Amino acid sequence: MALYRSHILLGIDAETIMAGVNEVKKAIFTELENRGLDNEVKVVETGTLGIAGRGVVMVIYPEGVYYAGLTVDAIPALIEEHIVKGRTLKSHQITPPVKAQRVSLASDRRGTEIKERIVLKNVGRIDPENIQEYIAADGYEGLGKALSIQPKEVIDLIKASNLKGRGGAGFPTGLKWSFTASAKGDQKYVICNADEGEPGTFKDRLIMEGDPHKVLEGMAICGYAVGATIGIIYIRGEYALSIKNIKKAIADAKKLGLLGKNIFGSGFDFDVRVNLGAGAYVCGEETALIESIEGHRGNPRKKPPFPANAGLWQKPTNVNNVETFANIGPILLNGADWFKNFGTKDSAGTKVYTLLGHINTPGLIEVPMGITLRQIISDFGGGMLGGKKFKLAQIGGTAGGILGPDLLDVPLCYENMAEYSLVLGSGAILVMDETTDTRAILTCFLKFFKHESCGQCVPCRLGSKKMLDLSRGLENGTGKKEDLDLIIEIADSMFKASLCPLGQSPILPIKGMVKYFKDELLAKVS
Amino acid sequence: MDIKAIISKYDPPEENLIPILHDIQEATELKYLKDEDLVAVADYMNIPLSEIHGTVTFYSMFSRTPRGRHIIRVCESAPCHLMGATTIIQALEAILGIKVGETTKDKNFTLELTACLGICAVAPAMMIDSEMHGNLTLEKVKEIIDGYRKEVS
Ligand SMILES: Cc1cc2nc3c(=O)[nH]c(=O)nc-3n(C[C@H](O)[C@H](O)[C@H](O)COP(=O)(O)O)c2cc1C
Ligand code: SF4
Repeated sequence: MALYRSHILLGIDAETIMAGVNEVKKAIFTELENRGLDNEVKVVETGTLGIAGRGVVMVIYPEGVYYAGLTVDAIPALIEEHIVKGRTLKSHQITPPVKAQRVSLASDRRGTEIKERIVLKNVGRIDPENIQEYIAADGYEGLGKALSIQPKEVIDLIKASNLKGRGGAGFPTGLKWSFTASAKGDQKYVICNADEGEPGTFKDRLIMEGDPHKVLEGMAICGYAVGATIGIIYIRGEYALSIKNIKKAIADAKKLGLLGKNIFGSGFDFDVRVNLGAGAYVCGEETALIESIEGHRGNPRKKPPFPANAGLWQKPTNVNNVETFANIGPILLNGADWFKNFGTKDSAGTKVYTLLGHINTPGLIEVPMGITLRQIISDFGGGMLGGKKFKLAQIGGTAGGILGPDLLDVPLCYENMAEYSLVLGSGAILVMDETTDTRAILTCFLKFFKHESCGQCVPCRLGSKKMLDLSRGLENGTGKKEDLDLIIEIADSMFKASLCPLGQSPILPIKGMVKYFKDELLAKVS
Repeated sequence: MDIKAIISKYDPPEENLIPILHDIQEATELKYLKDEDLVAVADYMNIPLSEIHGTVTFYSMFSRTPRGRHIIRVCESAPCHLMGATTIIQALEAILGIKVGETTKDKNFTLELTACLGICAVAPAMMIDSEMHGNLTLEKVKEIIDGYRKEVS
């Protein structure tokens, strides 16, 4: 094997592709070749480096220096300075997102930080298209371990870890698996929900683009535990790169016998295939997703029966989110106690958030459960954009609750959320400053619900339209004061009478907006 | 178009109606699903035509009417809204001379709105065909569209 003196890790994700990373890559190869350095420097394409909004980004090892905003024109200078002369190219150097890589152990009260991520551990460190690199990072070892114990023991381990679903509802994962395991059926399915449509959320995309095998490993372990032989990843149609990376990962894993027939010679068969969405947010709801795989309109089903008993083709089906599956391999490998060391008593582990809006450094972070929004904004978001004042934040996507300045110090974890009318939901955090027009924001939220209602039940179909009309009236001054009460009343009826959580959720952001900004919302009407 | 060949790529086909429809639409010049294609799918897959029609009209990525060679999808969800998506939509309407939902006379562009594209850190954002564009400004939008215009002319 050739020995390289430097490694250039290029971050490849939808954003850097947009910023021209492929051209930059070509320029690097040309430059290295021209200087005869191609045997000394290895260029590795990795997934996202977790740096968003900065164009083409890379990190050069062994020095660990990060560069951003790279263009083709900058490459000769970069190679000259960094590789040849051993100095950093100051014009493009950025401070690495060190904090984003750190998760502190709750048991260590002195707050010493250890460098340990769970879900995003490999993201930005390995080449996602190279299965060998995943294997070198302990990949598929969790699966090997699972196959050496009984399925029931796997479920018990997941139960003991206290892992809760990361797709929004926070349902205990081990318990969910036990339902599917005990359901009767000649064929069972494992479905990975990668429909990720909640506005402001892109964590699942970056996990799939940056470490696709981790998701496949989690699915295979689940398949073994619940007795399923087929896994399906349902990816939203807009995620072209995720689809490509996952498809390649499946093919590579099959070649090595890590998926397919008789995995590790254990007699366990598990095959994974990819299915696509076509632009319908509601298909993220698990029963609508199943309808969609069956080729139908994505109308949610009535529950019960739950998918665990009657899911895809009416067979027992276990549905989990991408991030949930990404936690499984590490738990098998390191044990339930290790996992519970992260986070709070009732919310074990870490949470991946997407941090957006009026802050200095938007992007993806993985932090322990129980961190506060104030910490997130200052430590990870780099503070408010332009030093402006914080006005509100919405957590969990458009269906999520509203945090005003009074809730900045609430620890964010499952057990706290109900008390403050919040949800962790998809993990999107949208921060808004004092310049934000709350009337326009309310209209924007309601537009979303109107657009995404599947139209199956009356309260949601008609209610979402009426609420939007009323909100537009508040925004442009043609409405009246009573309209705000009417919006709340409609949202409340929708909460009580809608079939699925989509129709039940507008009440949460609406009540939050009214709690903080009633006067502003009514300022234009009389 | 060889619909049978597209369908036979998938196993099992009944679990892949939506990917099959994606492929057919992608292979059609004006990026839409024609009557005769739906009839053929119904025949080969043995699904009632009415059911396929129901499916097609549910999903926003499918179209039953001819569209432009390039589909522009602008994100209008909250993170993009906050960073100025409304101005970007107006700019696109002005540059293309059409409203959202319409296709230019030369059949080169269709302007649509989309749900969150998942590249919110570079909001406001849009997707043209399968390419993402972010950190949009008025100048940048003009430049991007000019680029596509050169390509098709
Ligand atoms: C309208 C709606 C949209 C949803 N979208 C998603 C989604 O994009 N991804 C996801 O994992 N879960 C989504 N969910 C939650 C799923 O129904 C389901 O609870 C989840 O996939 C279960 O996985 P978990 O237990 O790992 O969280 C959505 C739910 C609703 C009601
Ligand atoms: S609540 Fe809305 S989205 Fe859910 S089933 Fe009813 S109409 Fe469809």
